[in-house]
Amino acid sequence: MTSPEMYISTLPFYAVMVSLIAMPLILLSSRHANLREFWTLAASIVKFSLVFLLLPGALAGRIAGFTFWEISPGIALALKADQFGVFFALIASGLWILTSIYSIGYVRGLKEHKQTRYFASFAVCLSATIGIAFAANLLTFVFFYEILTIATYPLVIHKETKIAVSAGRKYLVYTLTAGLLLIAATAWTYRIAGTLDFRAGGLFGDASFSPAAITVLFLLFLGGVGVKAAVMPLHSWLPAAMAAPTPVSALLHAVAVVKSGVFGVVRVVGFVFGPALMRQFDLNIFLATVAGVTIILASLLAFRQDNLKHRLAYSTVGHLSYIVLGAALISPASLVGGLLHIANHATMKITLFFCAGAIYVRHHKEKISELDGIGRVMPWTMGAFTMAAIGLAGIPPLNGFISKWQLGLGSLQAGELLPLAVLVLSGILNAGYFAPIIFRAFLKPPTVPYKHGEASPAMVIPLVITAVLSLLLGLDPDLFFHFHRLAVAVSGSILGGIVQ
Amino acid sequence: MTDFLLGHFVYWSIIALLIIGLYGMMFKNNLAKKLIGMIIFQVSIIMFFVASAVKWSATVPVLDPVTGVADAAKYISPLQHCLMLTAIVVGVATSGVAFSLAILIYRHYKTLEESALMEKMKSS
Amino acid sequence: MNLNSPALVPLLFLAAAISIPLLAIRKEKVAYPVTMVASFVSVIISSYNIFHVLRNGPLTYHFGGWFPPIGIEYVLDPLSSFVALVVNVIAFFVLWHSSGIQEREMPGKSVPYYALTMLFLCGANGIIVTGDLFNLYVFLEIFSLAGYGLIGIGEKQAPVASFRYLIMGTVGASFYLLGIGFLYIVTGSLNMADVRNILPHIPGNPAVAAALSLIFIGMGIKMAIFPLHGWLPDAYTYAPSTTSALVAPIGTKIAAYVLIRILFFVFGVQFVSQSLPITDLIAWLSAIGILYGSVMAMAQNEMKRMLAYSSVAQIGYIGLGIGLANPLGYIGAVLHILNHAFMKGSLFLVAANLRKKTGQSDIANLDASLRKKLPWSMAAFTVAALSMIGLPPTAGFFSKWYLALGAIDRGKWVFLAVILVSSLLNAVYFFRILEKIYLIPPPQKTGEDLHPEAGKGWGFLVGEEQYSLMIPVVIVSFSLLLIGLGNANIVKEVIQRIIPLGM
Repeated sequence: MTSPEMYISTLPFYAVMVSLIAMPLILLSSRHANLREFWTLAASIVKFSLVFLLLPGALAGRIAGFTFWEISPGIALALKADQFGVFFALIASGLWILTSIYSIGYVRGLKEHKQTRYFASFAVCLSATIGIAFAANLLTFVFFYEILTIATYPLVIHKETKIAVSAGRKYLVYTLTAGLLLIAATAWTYRIAGTLDFRAGGLFGDASFSPAAITVLFLLFLGGVGVKAAVMPLHSWLPAAMAAPTPVSALLHAVAVVKSGVFGVVRVVGFVFGPALMRQFDLNIFLATVAGVTIILASLLAFRQDNLKHRLAYSTVGHLSYIVLGAALISPASLVGGLLHIANHATMKITLFFCAGAIYVRHHKEKISELDGIGRVMPWTMGAFTMAAIGLAGIPPLNGFISKWQLGLGSLQAGELLPLAVLVLSGILNAGYFAPIIFRAFLKPPTVPYKHGEASPAMVIPLVITAVLSLLLGLDPDLFFHFHRLAVAVSGSILGGIVQ
Repeated sequence: MTDFLLGHFVYWSIIALLIIGLYGMMFKNNLAKKLIGMIIFQVSIIMFFVASAVKWSATVPVLDPVTGVADAAKYISPLQHCLMLTAIVVGVATSGVAFSLAILIYRHYKTLEESALMEKMKSS
Repeated sequence: MNLNSPALVPLLFLAAAISIPLLAIRKEKVAYPVTMVASFVSVIISSYNIFHVLRNGPLTYHFGGWFPPIGIEYVLDPLSSFVALVVNVIAFFVLWHSSGIQEREMPGKSVPYYALTMLFLCGANGIIVTGDLFNLYVFLEIFSLAGYGLIGIGEKQAPVASFRYLIMGTVGASFYLLGIGFLYIVTGSLNMADVRNILPHIPGNPAVAAALSLIFIGMGIKMAIFPLHGWLPDAYTYAPSTTSALVAPIGTKIAAYVLIRILFFVFGVQFVSQSLPITDLIAWLSAIGILYGSVMAMAQNEMKRMLAYSSVAQIGYIGLGIGLANPLGYIGAVLHILNHAFMKGSLFLVAANLRKKTGQSDIANLDASLRKKLPWSMAAFTVAALSMIGLPPTAGFFSKWYLALGAIDRGKWVFLAVILVSSLLNAVYFFRILEKIYLIPPPQKTGEDLHPEAGKGWGFLVGEEQYSLMIPVVIVSFSLLLIGLGNANIVKEVIQRIIPLGM
């Protein structure tokens, strides 16, 4: 395995800045809807292309770095497109293209108000997400993490109803507190380690710790990234945030925000603490327990939700902890599985949310109990829904099976059977709470005849694409983006302690 | 003990004035009395400085053709006196501003009692 | 220019203060232009000063050619030139803004008002630049008296608030005077650098301890450290808007600067943190002040009063930085002088715009119609609010970052928790307002809907009514982003050059 070489490139910088530049353009075009949408689409395509250009280098072990300038004496605001960063950035930017197309259909279908604010906030959020993906050190990570919090707020409260506003408040309380814990943890790390640069295998070097100190530090980090990663008991903002329009829930709360959280968890476990430190103080056991409990509880809670988006929210909580579990087990396959699940869950969950949104726009239905027979009038939508649901349950040939398999393998590699049992149980529960929806949609006659049919192409095409993508990635995980190779490389770097 | 009390009587009187001044500022209701307290407080500090300038068998710091300038120890220290001239002027200016404010307050509220003022301010 | 530089700015303002009433005998309208010219020139000189000092080292000026320690000396080192620049720049923007609201708030009183602002700035600059303890007292009193006047020219309650401030402020200044009296008696010198050299030779002298305590109490009153802050809420609330915007960013910071100068550069770090650990006391009082100020701010119904209590909390950050007595705490404190000046300056200016537009600034009356009436002011408010909460990339994040690092360095976890909790409290009372201005629809229906697309003008670039009200606010507020992103430069080039010996 060649050791990674760094080279300076402006690509990461432009990848972050593209949508930030688009934001004022969007604001200025508020009176010309088509021009405004053009900026969003153009920015998303350009962003994805830039990230894609970084892929070959990352696969070959060449890491593009870019330093803005010093943001605190001795610490620079810096970007580093390492394999993990490129992995996450590909997912976020790629899905943004699809979400933008979908959003246009959605907001126009509902004739939503404040569309300009919506698209402008989206642009900033994606900038922040790519910034998080490429952050080279903890301070840059915190920097973009907090910007993401603020940029997502206007999207959560978009509908401006009482529910939306109180959801926004809850969101802020949770995420701002998390941000503060993260700042405290970062400051403490800086005093101990003297550096904040992410390093595969841990950045603490030879520093020695008392068990109490390291546990508190880990808890601070966990509180900081765990809120966005929706580990229990820090998860309640996520169901509440379903008050946002569906494309927001789809991209941000299934892809960008929550995946930033789990991305942060893996960075903390693999690039700040490192496997050795985690094992030395049993932090991995603690994390695995938290993840396992979250998986089971979330799956159980999903059963009780009649609101479709709420059920999807709890499903997301559960699946995020798959990734946390993968990080906690710290074995080769578990890390690969966890990382793959970042991508796989993203494609599947975004499909489900897209479907929920299509149903809402077309038929104004939010509750599962009202969806009898909808499969007959929305075959494409519900077909995609079915595929994604099968995938989340971990059934081949969809991609959900691949990541689950790796996680199971990883559990065995770590010598633990309990996580394996949790995964199996969760799969059954997944099937359990998705099956009734599919059953109702296709096999039960509608209680009230549906007035409309399929949703508009702007919404159906993206969700079919993501569903098909899930299938294709299940058949060949390395298709298009080499996710599997990237995941293996990242896993190897964390466990092998290769300095990046 | 008596030596301690009598020998430092200047400082005891300064302390007394300080306390009287603070008492006036804190516990008197009428704004004009507060002002008087403040002025007394400032005076005590001026006295402190002036007292620190005194020397045994020295004369006022005005050039005396007989004594001459050769031996500076014959004159009490003029520096504190100059500083206190400035401080007195500052005190005068402060009192001037304070009294103008008091006149303004009286014009608006027709009273200088602090308790009545609080009432009127709350209600307006 | 080089040698006279330190004295130029205070003298410039003094000249302006005297000339304004004289020139205005003929024509009243001349007051404002003279003020703006003086302020602008002061910014130029201050900028020149700081560049000169950073490149070539400290500048000193000896009044009357008398050398220290006998003469009075003015010193420009990185710290004083930095604080002077901050003060003059903020004052410039506030004074620029004042032209729009002058007539409404203080009809017919523009001449005395502007003369007083010139005196106020003369005092402020004098305090910053002087190297002599008694000279500092003189300028402190000039500064304070002008401040009492500025506050007293206001609504009906303003003279009462000013009176109370006067009493407390005079007590403070008098304690300071008493303190330097003790110092003089013990050291025989009034020059700061000289006293610095003499003090280590007289260890364990109770008069020195007394001096330190008295100076601390005196400046603590002026700085509004808890529990000596009682004069602040009323004074900031009832003062005219320009005064609040001028005094809030500058007033307490000058006192904090004096405290830094005297504690660390005259008495010395070792003395104030170990021999007589007054820095610990300052840190604890500041921590309580931070929490107290934030909690009280949450309970307020009127914006200016809320900002006043918020200022008590913010000065607590600076006090905490002083109290930590280590390089990072010091950096945090000095940087926060800059950050808070800009944050509070822009917030009070927005409150002023609010008052101009709607006649009052009660929080309960805020609603989304303001976004159409005052779009830029609300945007500026948002940026400043984000900075107060401490979100990157605004400047506020970085003050807290350095203070957090400083607290961890000393192992003071309680202070770290206070800093973080207060950010959350700030978020509560600022988001309350942000929610109102972005989300609550205006009460009556006039057929006006809230679609921003329906606004006149070019998309979002709808201007507000008066550019002189809008532009200073926007510049000050958006500078917070620039300061935040560039803070490492400020820290490295300026603040780290003047870390007191012994830290």
